[in-house]
Amino acid sequence: MHEMSIAQSILDIIQQEMEKNGLTQLIRAKVKFGGLTNTVPEALETCFMALTVKTPLESAVFELEQIPPLYRCFKCSHEFSPEHPNRMLVPCPACGEELGHTVLAGKELFIDYIEAQ
Amino acid sequence: MKVSVIRNVLEANDRLAQEIKDLFAARGILALNLMSSPGAGKTSLLERTLRDLAGEFKMAVIEGDLQTDNDARRVAATGAQAVQINTEGGCHLNSSMILEALKQIDLDGLDILFIENVGNLVCPAEFDLGEDGKVTLLSVTEGDDKPEKYPLMFNLSEVSLLNKVDLLPYVDFDMERARGFMRALNKDIIIFGVSCKTSEGLEGWYEWLRKKRAAKKG
Repeated sequence: MHEMSIAQSILDIIQQEMEKNGLTQLIRAKVKFGGLTNTVPEALETCFMALTVKTPLESAVFELEQIPPLYRCFKCSHEFSPEHPNRMLVPCPACGEELGHTVLAGKELFIDYIEAQ
Repeated sequence: MKVSVIRNVLEANDRLAQEIKDLFAARGILALNLMSSPGAGKTSLLERTLRDLAGEFKMAVIEGDLQTDNDARRVAATGAQAVQINTEGGCHLNSSMILEALKQIDLDGLDILFIENVGNLVCPAEFDLGEDGKVTLLSVTEGDDKPEKYPLMFNLSEVSLLNKVDLLPYVDFDMERARGFMRALNKDIIIFGVSCKTSEGLEGWYEWLRKKRAAKKG
């Protein structure tokens, strides 16, 4: 389950940011992830719980927001998001081409902001 | 207090991956990340490749598995350097594991380093190991719709090997259907149908390796 290593990386970055800003109490952290990253939000939440229990981060809220994929059609260059946010094999809504679309968005995985005191 | 962070979650991994890239670039070593589900034939492909190209290249292998050193022993029997990483439950390799394993490999004169990832069609594609290219294996016993079901790995791979083609008469695997899914996900993907048992198709893979290695060496 790669969510555990992702959760650990997120917590490492949050702790660095808190130290850098002299903060000790985390209230909320917002993480954005692309629909193509194979990140399962429920699994990631469970990992946060497991990794923060009985630590100063225990009561923090971890907010996850999915970024929908954006493709550019191989044939007609039309840019579109698939109806299903995790699908890669989809026809272009403009011309119907199914092959070889360029992925413009959907592979991101980053911490947007933290709220802490 | 709200602090805008905007930091890539995998930045620590990517930073180490860049160190690995720099190390290999300075030495002209070609590094390839082999990925597949368990049992598709990654180790068999390596055994064949290491034996067949032993006279041409100096090669080494980093093996990733949850447990055992079975694969490293198989690979070492070909005469190549082999280092086993046991992830003890981890479903993929990351770049810190590769840096650690590299300490045990003699890089002098090395031409090609193969990294055999943990058998898994999902997570390994997410983690940059500093490789020059990702190579995915899919065996004909697994089902021709696997690229459609596990798209990211095929989307990111430069080469895909359809292995165990000697078994095609005995299984319902449509090669053209599998190729179609792979090309739909990645129009530039290079596909070889191979059998590590009979050697069928392996020459195409070797030719690709020679070209890739020559390009890396400059």
